Amino acid sequence: MVRVVKPEENYKLPLTKPVVGVAGKTGLWRTMRPVVDNEKCTRCYQCEIYCPVNVIRVEPELGVTIDYEYCKGCGICEDVCPRSAIVMVPEPGE
Amino acid sequence: MSKSQVKPPLPYSARDVVLPGDAACHGCPIPIALKVLSAVFGEKVILVVPACCTSVIVGTYPGQSLRASIIHVPFASAAAVASGVAQALKMRGVSDVQVIAWAGDGGTADIGMAALSGAAERNEDLIYIMYDNEAYMNTGIQRSSSTPLGAWTTTTPITGKSEHKKDVAKILVAHSVPYVATASVGYPHDLYSKLQRARSIKGFRFIQIHAPCPPGWRFDPKYTARIAKLAVETGFWILYEYHNGKITLSGPSRPLLDPSKRRPIEEYLKLQGRYRSIAPELINSIKEYIEDNWSWVKRYLL
Repeated sequence: MVRVVKPEENYKLPLTKPVVGVAGKTGLWRTMRPVVDNEKCTRCYQCEIYCPVNVIRVEPELGVTIDYEYCKGCGICEDVCPRSAIVMVPEPGE
Repeated sequence: MSKSQVKPPLPYSARDVVLPGDAACHGCPIPIALKVLSAVFGEKVILVVPACCTSVIVGTYPGQSLRASIIHVPFASAAAVASGVAQALKMRGVSDVQVIAWAGDGGTADIGMAALSGAAERNEDLIYIMYDNEAYMNTGIQRSSSTPLGAWTTTTPITGKSEHKKDVAKILVAHSVPYVATASVGYPHDLYSKLQRARSIKGFRFIQIHAPCPPGWRFDPKYTARIAKLAVETGFWILYEYHNGKITLSGPSRPLLDPSKRRPIEEYLKLQGRYRSIAPELINSIKEYIEDNWSWVKRYLL
């Protein structure tokens, strides 16, 4: 028989919770910005599958959208795109 | 896509668990692998993470970048803690949660080897995933036993590492565990199908994921997927599954049994700064090592 021990009332354990942006707004890390040409895009999903930050969304009707608030600008999406529909352009300076 | 068509699991099932804004470097392969993992298991996982890049990536208190349960454990104990958690879940009758030990190559091939071997020998009901970025990356690119021959690291500075890579998947095949597979972040669909296969099997399952690390291997972050694919296409990294005593080559590696179909290894080496000063005789040694690996795989093929 297994007895489950529950913590007391109002006892706070130092547990982490899932949050978006644990490392802050990672979009600030970006020096190159991916720009999508949705005319060229064939909705093959490659950019979304390989995006390490999980900010790219491909929808058949809307095309590719990128959340620039968290995109780190690594450029993997540009490299995996078979139609060169994503181009990295330099971020404008301050 | 019409509404009658089924949405593909990649990327649709991989959208919710890995949250944006994690602490990974540019072009890090680990969140790509975590996304594929989440496409298979969703939130119903307990990740046991020893000290490795992932313990940095998921962030610090009070937040974490994964919608899943994570246990951070000391370096040597990933397989031991995962065994305990799996046994505890079994005692409590929880059957819909998968325990996954998620460790780097240092925590698997060097420091966690004893616990891993013990858990494999006891055939604990868990999945052990080793993502192999071929050095201790988050502490500053020190050599591990999984670093390949000739690769620069901060502890093998001028001529590169003088020993070959330790093949952990081969060691696990020698343990005769129910399931051993090698995968690569360059082939997410292959990794997805291997995780699905692992999910359907009981007992100790081991998957080794080849993960090119941009800062550690000295290449442009955008080439992560390209280098992972090149490692497979040159035959340096063989994708296979070991199940029921025999090895099955996976799709991308299947034609490469014929050496003439492989791309030259130089294509893989020249993209990476860590091989910049590699001696020509070491390249020949790497070629022999690749041949040895393939002849080992051939012996288990039916």
